[in-house]
Amino acid sequence: MSNTSHEVAQRSHHTSGATSTALSAHSIDKKFPGVLANDSVDFDVRAGEVHTLLGENGAGKSTLAAVLCGLYQPDAGYLTRNGKRINLSSPRVGLQHGIAMVHQHFRLVERFTVSENVILGSRDLPFRLNRSDINEKVAAIAESYGLPIDPDATVGDLSVGQRQRVEIVKALYQGAEILLLDEPTAVLVPSEVEKLFENVHAMTAAGKSIVFISHKLGEVVEISDRVTVLRNGRVTGHVSGRGTANTKELARLMVGRDIELNAQRATHATGHEVLQIRNLSLVVNEVSMLSDISFSVHAGEMVGIAGVAGNGQRELSDTIAGLISPTSGSVTISGSMTTDRGPIKAREVGLAYVPEDRLGMGLVPSMSILDNLLLTRDRQLVVDRVSVRPEAARLIEQFEIKANGPDHLARKLSGGNAQKVLLARELSGGRGATKLLVVCSPTRGLDVGAIETVRRLLNDARSAGQAILLISEDLDEVLSLSDRVLVLYRGAIVHETPGETAQLSQVGAAMAGLASEGPS
Amino acid sequence: MNENIWVLMSGDAIAIATTLILAALGALFTERSGVLNLGIEGILLTSAISSFLAADASGSVWLGLIVGSSIGALLASIHAALSVAFRANQIVAGLALVIFGTGLANFLGKPAEGKTVATVIKPLTFGPLSDIPIIGPIVFGQDIITYLAIALAIVASRYLFSTRPGLELRATGDDPATVDAQGLSVARIRIRYTMFGGALVGLGGSWLMLAQSAGWHQAATTNGLGWIALALVVFAGWRPMRIIFGAVLFGFTLQLPFTLQAEQITFIPSAFLEMLPYLATLITLIALSRPGSRNLLGAPRALGTPFVRDER
Repeated sequence: MSNTSHEVAQRSHHTSGATSTALSAHSIDKKFPGVLANDSVDFDVRAGEVHTLLGENGAGKSTLAAVLCGLYQPDAGYLTRNGKRINLSSPRVGLQHGIAMVHQHFRLVERFTVSENVILGSRDLPFRLNRSDINEKVAAIAESYGLPIDPDATVGDLSVGQRQRVEIVKALYQGAEILLLDEPTAVLVPSEVEKLFENVHAMTAAGKSIVFISHKLGEVVEISDRVTVLRNGRVTGHVSGRGTANTKELARLMVGRDIELNAQRATHATGHEVLQIRNLSLVVNEVSMLSDISFSVHAGEMVGIAGVAGNGQRELSDTIAGLISPTSGSVTISGSMTTDRGPIKAREVGLAYVPEDRLGMGLVPSMSILDNLLLTRDRQLVVDRVSVRPEAARLIEQFEIKANGPDHLARKLSGGNAQKVLLARELSGGRGATKLLVVCSPTRGLDVGAIETVRRLLNDARSAGQAILLISEDLDEVLSLSDRVLVLYRGAIVHETPGETAQLSQVGAAMAGLASEGPS
Repeated sequence: MNENIWVLMSGDAIAIATTLILAALGALFTERSGVLNLGIEGILLTSAISSFLAADASGSVWLGLIVGSSIGALLASIHAALSVAFRANQIVAGLALVIFGTGLANFLGKPAEGKTVATVIKPLTFGPLSDIPIIGPIVFGQDIITYLAIALAIVASRYLFSTRPGLELRATGDDPATVDAQGLSVARIRIRYTMFGGALVGLGGSWLMLAQSAGWHQAATTNGLGWIALALVVFAGWRPMRIIFGAVLFGFTLQLPFTLQAEQITFIPSAFLEMLPYLATLITLIALSRPGSRNLLGAPRALGTPFVRDER
C-alpha cells in the first residue's frame, strides 16, 4: 500500500542529520510575461527546521514555492535534494522526492471521507481498496503528529482547521519530508493557529522540514527558525535563530522602508445614528444565514465585524446594500428605511459599498477607471465623460493609484490599485453625499504598502464624520481599526466589545463559537 | 384476467429495462466524470442502425453489437472533444449530438426502412428452470445481454466505490481541481469515461435493435429511451445498483399501456400512461437544472462544468 512512502521516510532518516540541508534552490530565475518573478533567488531548508519565506503579495514567494514543489520549472538555476541535483518536472515528481505543498485553497473533495481524500492520487495503491486497512494507516499517521482526525468523517462536515489537518496528513501519507505551507494561517482562528504551530513543532521534531510562507509578521517571528525575506523577486534579507527577528526590521526588509502598520485609532466624538439594523434575519433554502441581528453605527464611528469566512458576512453586507431582501427585520440608513427597496435607494440615502469581490461586484474589469467611476455618478441618458475626467485624474493622484490615467482598464490594475479605485469611487460620493461606508475585507490580498494606504483612507473617512462598517476576516485589522467590535458566528452576533479594550483571546473564542455571553 | 399477458408484459418490461440499464450506466459513467452528455438518444439511434447494417451485411449479431458499441464510443468522442478539449457548453454540445445522431441514423437507415434482420439474439434457456410458471419465462427467459447488463451494474457499483480508479473517477466529477493537483489528468479521465459511456449506450442501442425490434423504423426504434435513461441516472442518484430497480420500474411503466389495452382496461386512458415516463423525465431534467435540487439529488458537483486550471 504505502510501502514506498515508508521506505522514503526511513531512507531520509538515515541520510539526513539534524542540520544537513534537505533541499536547496540555487540562483532561481522565473520569468512571466513582463515580470521577473524570481531573480536569482537562493534558498535552502534543513531537516528539522522551519524556514519562512516572507514577502508581500507579488514578492515572488508563491512562485518560489511553486518551483520548489515542481509546479513551475525555473528558467535558470537548479534545485538540490540532500546535495544531489534534481529536476522536478511536475508536482508528482516533487512528491517522489518527498516534497509536498499544502495549498492555501484546500484541494479536498468535500463529499469524500477523510481517508478517501488522503489516498486520492496515491499511485502505489492496489486496484481494490481495503478500507479498514487504509483507515488504520491514516489514523496512525495523524496520531503520531498530534493531528487526531476521524478517517471516516466526511470532509464537507469538517471545520477549516480540520480540513487543513487532512491536507497535512495527506502530504505525510504520501511520504513528504519537506512540507511547503502556503499561508496556512490565513483561514484559521487564533486557537487553530496555536494548534497548527504545535503540529509544526511535532513535525520538525520528527525531522521533517517546513517551508512556511506568510506575510504576517507576528506569527513569522513566533514559528520560524530562519526567515528569508523577498521583495520584487529578490532576496532582501536573511534572519536566523528563533525569536531573534523583530517585526519592525522584517517589515522594513519586506517593504524597503519603515512602515506604520498599526494605524492609529483616531480620537473623535461620534455623532448621530447613521445605520440602524433591527432584528434582521435571513433564511435561504431553509438555512438560517442571519438570525436576529440588531446594531447601529454612528457618524464618525467605525464598527468592525469579526468572524471566520462564511458566517453570514456576505449576507449581512449584501442585505445592507439592498441586494438581498431579508426574511424579517429592517435596515435604516440615515433615517430612511431601505429594507426591500433595492440598491439604488440605499445609495441615494448615502450608502457607499465596497464589496469583497472587487473585480466581480465592485468594478467592471473590462471598463476603464473613468467609466467605472461613472457607474455611481448621476444617471443620465448620455454619458458625460468630459466633465468627470478631471475628477478621475484628481482621484488617481489623491488615492495614489498606479495607472496610465483615467482610461486604464480596471482588469489591468493590480489588486491594491483596483481596491484603491473602488475606494476612490465610493468615498468621493455618488448620487448622494456618502454617509455610510460598508467595506468588506478591504485589504485582503493587498501588499503591505497598499494596506497602509487603504487603512489610512478609512481612518480619514471616519475622521470626516462618515459611519463605517468594516467587515473583515483579518482579526488584527478589525481590532486595530474599529471603535467597536462585533463577532459574527453562524449568522448571529455572539460578542460585542469596545475596540480599544478588545481581547484577542476573547474575540478569537467567540469567532470559534465558544462565546459564553450573548450580545450585550 | 389472462395470466399470459402479464407474463409477457413482465418479460417485455425487463427487455426494455436492459436497454435502459446499459444506456443509463453509460450516462452514469460519463456524468460521474463531470461530463453531461445529453446526446444519449442520438447515440442510441445511430448505434442501433449501425448494428443493424453490420449484422445484416455480415449475418452475425455479435459483429452487430461490436460495431454498434464502437459507433457509440465514436459519437461520444465527438462530445468529449467538444466539451473537454474545447470546453464548449455541454448542454448545447449534447443537444447538437442528438440532432446529428438522429439525422445520421435516418440517413443510414433509408435503405433499411422496414427491413428486419435475419438473425436475432435469442433468449437463453435454463432447461427446467425456464419452464417454471410465471417466474421461469421472466427470470430465466432472457438473453445473455440482459444478464450481462445486470452484472455490469453490479460490477460498476463495486468499481465506483471500492477501487482506486473508481475513487479517481468520482473525485473528477466532484472536484476536478483536486484531481489535477494530484497530478492526474482530468481531461484524460473525462475523455476516457465519456467514450466508455458512449460504448455502453451503443451496446444498449444495438441490443434494442437486434434483440427487441429486429427491424428499423426510424425514430420509433428508440422512442425516447435515451432521454428516459438520462432521467434514470438522476432517479438513481448516480448509483449503479439503483439503476437496475429504476430501469425495471420504468420498463413496466412503459409496457403497462399495451397490457392494459390488451386486457381491455380503459378507465385510465392509455395515452396518459404512455406519457408518464416522459413526464418523469421532464421533471428530473428540471430538477437537474436547479443548483439547489441538484445538490440534494447527489449530482456530481462539477457536472457540466468544463475544467480550467487557474494559472497564477
